[in-house]
Amino acid sequence: MTAQGLRPRSWFGPALVFLALLALWWVSSHGDWISRVFLPTPEATLDSLREGLLTGDLLAYSGATVSRMLQGWLLASVIGVGLGAFIGISATARAYLQPTLEFMRPLPASALLPLAISLFGLSPNMVLSVVAFGAMWPVLLATVHGFAAVEPRLQEVAQCLQLSRRDFVCKVGLPNALPDILAGMRLSLTVSLIVAVVGEMIASQEGLGQAILLAARSFRASDLFAGIVLLGLIGFASNALLAKLERRFLKWQQP
Amino acid sequence: MTRLSKRLLQGLRPWCFPLAALAALEWYSRTAGKDSDALAPPTRALRALGGAALDGSLLQATAFTLGAAALGLAVGAALGIALGIALGLSQRAAHMSFFSIEVLRPIPSVALIPLAMLVFGFGLRMEFSIVAFACFWPMLILTQAAVQQVEPRLLEVSHVLGLSPAQRSLKIILPAIVPRLFVALRLGVSLALVVAVTVEVAANPNGMGYAMMIAQQSLDPALMLGWLVWIGVLGYAINVAALRLQRWVGHRMGVTA
Repeated sequence: MTAQGLRPRSWFGPALVFLALLALWWVSSHGDWISRVFLPTPEATLDSLREGLLTGDLLAYSGATVSRMLQGWLLASVIGVGLGAFIGISATARAYLQPTLEFMRPLPASALLPLAISLFGLSPNMVLSVVAFGAMWPVLLATVHGFAAVEPRLQEVAQCLQLSRRDFVCKVGLPNALPDILAGMRLSLTVSLIVAVVGEMIASQEGLGQAILLAARSFRASDLFAGIVLLGLIGFASNALLAKLERRFLKWQQP
Repeated sequence: MTRLSKRLLQGLRPWCFPLAALAALEWYSRTAGKDSDALAPPTRALRALGGAALDGSLLQATAFTLGAAALGLAVGAALGIALGIALGLSQRAAHMSFFSIEVLRPIPSVALIPLAMLVFGFGLRMEFSIVAFACFWPMLILTQAAVQQVEPRLLEVSHVLGLSPAQRSLKIILPAIVPRLFVALRLGVSLALVVAVTVEVAANPNGMGYAMMIAQQSLDPALMLGWLVWIGVLGYAINVAALRLQRWVGHRMGVTA
């Protein structure tokens, strides 16, 4: 697709399909195929979006959700990589701990919200702690795998050069594990957005999660859709940015 | 040390850390944390879970959650596989729909919880519609990739034999992508369970997530922890079963990797 650039033919088809979907939305809401209580018109959604962002609180809510997501994600990444490096390089640590880690992997992060509410109450820190805890597992498991899968020859080279543990981690282990770590970080960004939104819904914290829940409860469908659009944008932007970062950091892998 | 006893000791290693942690929790919640609303001794949690099993609430909640997850996965996977096959076969259709898919896919499924609540009210339909939305996208992407990797010779054979599109899908494409489909289904199974529990924790007053929330709100930490452990064990068991199924299907379809 890059070779074709902006030739009319390469973007005309996708744009047509997208516009067709928008037209379908327009017709089904204006034609009352689906009640306007459930499906607002596109213009109403746009109006809510504009009004909320310019004069209302939507911008502040989005900022709160994004900051919660990013804080939790960064915390999770730092702890996950640190702990993962520690566990990953030692075969004995892996033998003792990896089954427990594998047991925790399928556990939904949202299932920890009731426990966190009992421990920390309904506070921003509670949501942050659950976001960080839930987002930690993909990074942790990916890091453990990345460090465990270091090529044995490289380990032998490190032993010949008499590298210290710290040097081994920084010079051999981390570069080897970096692709896995970045993939794990991309997954944990998705998890942190989801848990941040659910946490806001349950704990009534200022943010998009609470905003769309209140909009649904008051039957304000256009505000609800505006919030959903914003959440989709946040998801899209965060994923795209991280993919770009991933490509930049892994450039040394391309020949 | 004999080889057998050495193997036995090594088999015990994964249990050391969890048992130590549980013992520490038991000791703490019986002494310093006796009046805590958040922590309970694991033995009491197990007893509370047993009580829930005896009065039927365990079965009811588990059946609801698993049922909603299974229904949502079935709907989402069926639609995702169908569209994935269509987009995988036609390069032009894939190119044209790429933008729209990339716009709709990043919407987090939890963002649709209030919408589903508005449209369906509480209950099964709300939950399985969100699970279906969440499972649709990965099934679509993975099926599309699997179809694009079908051996071109097989497609040429279907062309030579003059098969209709439906026959081609059923007789050539579907058998060829079955191993990859089951890999995607394994991911879908774990995703479906996670999304189902999340919907229950957030809004839906049915199922295991809700039972856990109710236990927490009634300041019954033993029951809450019991449900948490049950959800964890169930999730782990289902994932292991799905992995075994995927490996068995792959083995039967001749995947050597």
